[in-house]
Amino acid sequence: MPRRVDTAVKEGGFYTAVAFFVILSAFPFYWMLITAFKTNADLYDVSNTPFWFNEAPTLAHFRYLFEQTLFARWLLNSLIIGVCVVAITLATALPAAYALARLAGRAGEALGIGIFLTYLVPPTLLFLPLSRVITIIGLQNSMWSLVLVYPTFTIPFCSWLLMGFFRAVPREIEEAAIVDGCSLCGSFFKMVLPLSLPAILTVVIFTFTLTLQEFVYALTFISASAQKPVTLGVATDLVRGDIYYWGELMAGALIASAPVAIAYNLFLDRFITGITGGALK
Amino acid sequence: MVALAEKFRGRTSRVSFVFDRPRILGSLFLAPAILYIFALVGVPFLLAVYYALSAYTIYNPSYHFVGLRNFIDVVQSDIFRSALLNTFIFTICSQILGLILGKFGALLLLRPFPGRKIVRALIVLPWCVPIALATVAWEWMFDSLYSVINWTLTAVGLVTPATAPQWLGDPHLAMLCVIIVNAWRFFPFAIVIFLAGITAVPQDVLDAATVDGAGFWRRNYQIILPIIAPIVVVGLIFGTVFTFTDLSIVYLLTNGGPANATQVLGNLGFQIGILSGDVAHGAAVSLFMFPVLLGLVVLMLRYIRSREI
Repeated sequence: MPRRVDTAVKEGGFYTAVAFFVILSAFPFYWMLITAFKTNADLYDVSNTPFWFNEAPTLAHFRYLFEQTLFARWLLNSLIIGVCVVAITLATALPAAYALARLAGRAGEALGIGIFLTYLVPPTLLFLPLSRVITIIGLQNSMWSLVLVYPTFTIPFCSWLLMGFFRAVPREIEEAAIVDGCSLCGSFFKMVLPLSLPAILTVVIFTFTLTLQEFVYALTFISASAQKPVTLGVATDLVRGDIYYWGELMAGALIASAPVAIAYNLFLDRFITGITGGALK
Repeated sequence: MVALAEKFRGRTSRVSFVFDRPRILGSLFLAPAILYIFALVGVPFLLAVYYALSAYTIYNPSYHFVGLRNFIDVVQSDIFRSALLNTFIFTICSQILGLILGKFGALLLLRPFPGRKIVRALIVLPWCVPIALATVAWEWMFDSLYSVINWTLTAVGLVTPATAPQWLGDPHLAMLCVIIVNAWRFFPFAIVIFLAGITAVPQDVLDAATVDGAGFWRRNYQIILPIIAPIVVVGLIFGTVFTFTDLSIVYLLTNGGPANATQVLGNLGFQIGILSGDVAHGAAVSLFMFPVLLGLVVLMLRYIRSREI
């Protein structure tokens, strides 16, 4: 009997701790969700219990967001930026990672680490000179400036990720292709790339989410509302004067963060492998 | 592979003859990535150094060389000195808090239980979602009138509406809020890093230790921790670099206020260099982050090296 009580206490403690962590992590998102669907009268009445609906839920904030603000435009901007950055990243990181993994030999190792370290160069160190460069080439206040700058952190990260993957592709496959009359370059396009589709998919997802998460460069380069990506637009453009429209803000934040949260969760393990680079091997 | 390429080179055309040389092909494959990074990371960095040594503003774009004067101006300003101190407090406190939460969270998630996958998906949310958007949600939770935290504290009788804390209005509380939000953003990352490390510890090592009489804490701190140290260090360096240089949480939550109580280097550089247009002094402020970054990168390199040997 005492043993059973003991286990019950232990189990209770365990699940309480789990609940603590879940609430700590997820409460702000629950708060986003419930705020987005509450009427203003419900939101701004301190006598209401804030954790649940005191009046019927409403879609008014979402309607306002799409009809009265540039929210749809920001989503489109983010999509365009994301697609372009993915294209640039793939075009440069795929061959670079392959060269680092195979062709460049021992020096490739050092070069690979060098490229990876540039991922650690923070935006706050570069935003001043980059904003001058962007003004000089006439891209200030344009989302194309972000298309130009975002690859500076997606290329290093994705090259590193892909390099690890290419190392795991057996050399025999390329050698067989060469014996069959393929050129070295051809064996990369015809044999290695098709085999790497899962890795390429991972890179596409990460590049896209990294562009959605970025805030500092967007804040620095873009002040025209119509050019903002969704993260910047929601965080800085839905506050009019000093008045915060919390319903619309939370609705916007919810729509913009949901796809990123899902994509990241699905690819989390690969991200960790990428970041730690087999530090435990 | 080289020998094979050599052997079959005879029947290929002149162009592919060039493309079939591993060295040339390797350089061609590497060139776009390296050039891109050189042009948009290397050159801007050198430009930043030059701005910091000049009298450049957006109103008077002169490259007039002034030596270290900007750095001296910056160091003599009280706001800069408090920002420097705040940046260290902000980084160290939030990383320690994040690591502690991460370690305990990882211990919980190690044990199989029903719904573990869903729990993990929920726990990693803060790290997945764009931080700017999550910060806006926190700002709403810290709201001066409708704060859900204050509502709860009032409901359980800890404070009255009149004495409810002004989370973002009080200098010390504002600093606490900024630290908490940052730790909140990073602890899921620490959890996954710890998990990745712990699951890689060979089970037979643990079993052997248990047989030899090592208890829970001893197994944790004398066996598991040394084995997972490299991966934790890499994770910690990432966390430190991104926290030390970040401005989004501070910018959105307090914008450095009240009265510069939460001012950090990143945000100060932004205010001076971008908002006021004083590029030279802004660049000098930003460059003060560089020695710390360099130290962390050297540490990282040593770990990567020691792993290879």
